[in-house]
Amino acid sequence: MITIRNLVYRRGSKTILDGVSMDIPRGNMVAIMGPSGVGKTTILKLISGQLVPDEGTVEVNGKDIHKLSRAELHKMRRNIGVLLQNGALFTDLTVFENIATPLREHTDLPEPLLRRLVRTKLRSVGLAGTEELMPHELSGGMARRIALARAVVLDPAVMLYDEPMTGLDPIAVSTVRTLMRETNEALGLTSVIVTHNVGEMAKLVDYCYIIAEGRVAGEGPPGELQASADPAVDQFMNGKVDGPIPFHYKTGEASAGLLD
Amino acid sequence: MASREQAIARRLGPIARAGQCVVFLFRMLGSIRPSSELLSSTLQQTYLIGARSLVIIMICGFFVGMVLSLQAINALEQFGASDQVSLLVGKSLFRELGPVLTALLFAGRAGTSVTAEIGLMKATSQIDAMELMAIDPLKTVALPRFLAGLISVPLLTGMFNALAILGSVVFSIGVMGLDPGIFWSKLETGIYFGKDFMGGVWKSLVFGGLVSLISVFYGYTSQPTGSGVGTATTNTVVLSSVLILVFDFIMTSFFV
Ligand SMILES: Nc1ncnc2c1ncn2[C@@H]1O[C@H](COP(=O)(O)OP(=O)(O)OP(=O)(O)O)[C@@H](O)[C@H]1O
Ligand SMILES: [Mg+2]
Repeated sequence: MITIRNLVYRRGSKTILDGVSMDIPRGNMVAIMGPSGVGKTTILKLISGQLVPDEGTVEVNGKDIHKLSRAELHKMRRNIGVLLQNGALFTDLTVFENIATPLREHTDLPEPLLRRLVRTKLRSVGLAGTEELMPHELSGGMARRIALARAVVLDPAVMLYDEPMTGLDPIAVSTVRTLMRETNEALGLTSVIVTHNVGEMAKLVDYCYIIAEGRVAGEGPPGELQASADPAVDQFMNGKVDGPIPFHYKTGEASAGLLD
Repeated sequence: MASREQAIARRLGPIARAGQCVVFLFRMLGSIRPSSELLSSTLQQTYLIGARSLVIIMICGFFVGMVLSLQAINALEQFGASDQVSLLVGKSLFRELGPVLTALLFAGRAGTSVTAEIGLMKATSQIDAMELMAIDPLKTVALPRFLAGLISVPLLTGMFNALAILGSVVFSIGVMGLDPGIFWSKLETGIYFGKDFMGGVWKSLVFGGLVSLISVFYGYTSQPTGSGVGTATTNTVVLSSVLILVFDFIMTSFFV
């Protein structure tokens, strides 16, 4: 379903991704994990076509995302739901209108049906009754769940989640996890979840990729990974300070200077 | 794609940026599909922009009318021609001051808020979110604001001129005691519809398009940060003001 081959992505002189390959089969839930700043959001943006890679390809449904024309890309994106890391709700629209926007744009649903659909989605993220609030009246966790409801409202074939659980209380985490699981099962949807929350993901996903230093450091079902002998994987999965993954932000000059 | 455009914009000089702006204009106009949503969002923006600018335009218009009459009467008195004041005020208003001052005020009042608004939408990833939902932000965000500016500036210019004439009436007739009959008849016979009135309307349309394009374009290509939005807002005012005056000269020398 999603095939990523040898993705290389640079920002200036800094190589962020250095040959990442992944296979995400249809109907699977796959997590991309790794320490903060390693390039997880970048991978997601490369999959959704917001960024263009320096080398390598991303195929969704057999089509190279970065070779599509503008119109084709738009068509493709109707089938891709994205939850951005900061939610990105439309600040001038009510919660209801936020969720209704994709429906109004891409479907001809009559108003009563549209209302019912939006209510259903709101209930599934545990926020029924917030229809008339404005985004600035929501807490961070509420906004994130509204954004999630908006992302799944068109029933896309592919869902990309950027940190869906961060900043949520335990009850909301369960609600969101159930929603993600259910949408995935009901529709045979392919989900890619970017996160650094190891514990939550183990309960949810079929397969994990761990990114470290611009490459895939380890992959496999969560259970296998937790028992992995690979030092980088072990360090990340079990949260150890010592190991091959450096904790500090690395730049060429800074580390060279330190060695002198 | 917003981020790609932004990366290009950072590297290119002013000429390439002007080219980018023209491409932006054509892409925005190319996204026009007559629909009820476009109509309603354009009207809504026109209302917002108009409401933002109306009061300041009216106040300024009134005082410009008064000060113009004051200066005109002072100058004309020396030749015993102070009954010509409405002609002088009318011509300079319709041809020059109305369109130019309205556009300048509009850039400062409405243009800046359009730039800031779009810039903020970008900084908070709302533009990205639209792209990801396969909603063209050029069509839903940029186009209605551009069209609204295009519609508003000529209307506001009319308002400015009307209030300036009122200011002139108050000062010339009310304060200086000029004969109202002469005032109005000079205005009626001396101002030509085609040359004076329509000339001003064309100008205000061009200025409206110019200011709106600049405001929308700078918002759309601003850096997605607080200071980026601030810079873009300032640039909108500066560039709009300069271009209004440059275009005013060009249009005047060619067409009027
Ligand atoms: N707009 C940008 N300009 C320059 N560098 C950037 C930009 N966005 C991200 N980066 C760099 O790219 C790297 C990867 O960023 P990315 O956002 O993909 O990290 P992440 O893995 O999602 O981190 P987190 O878990 O904290 O969200 C970081 O080192 C960051 O410094
Ligand atoms: Mg991230």
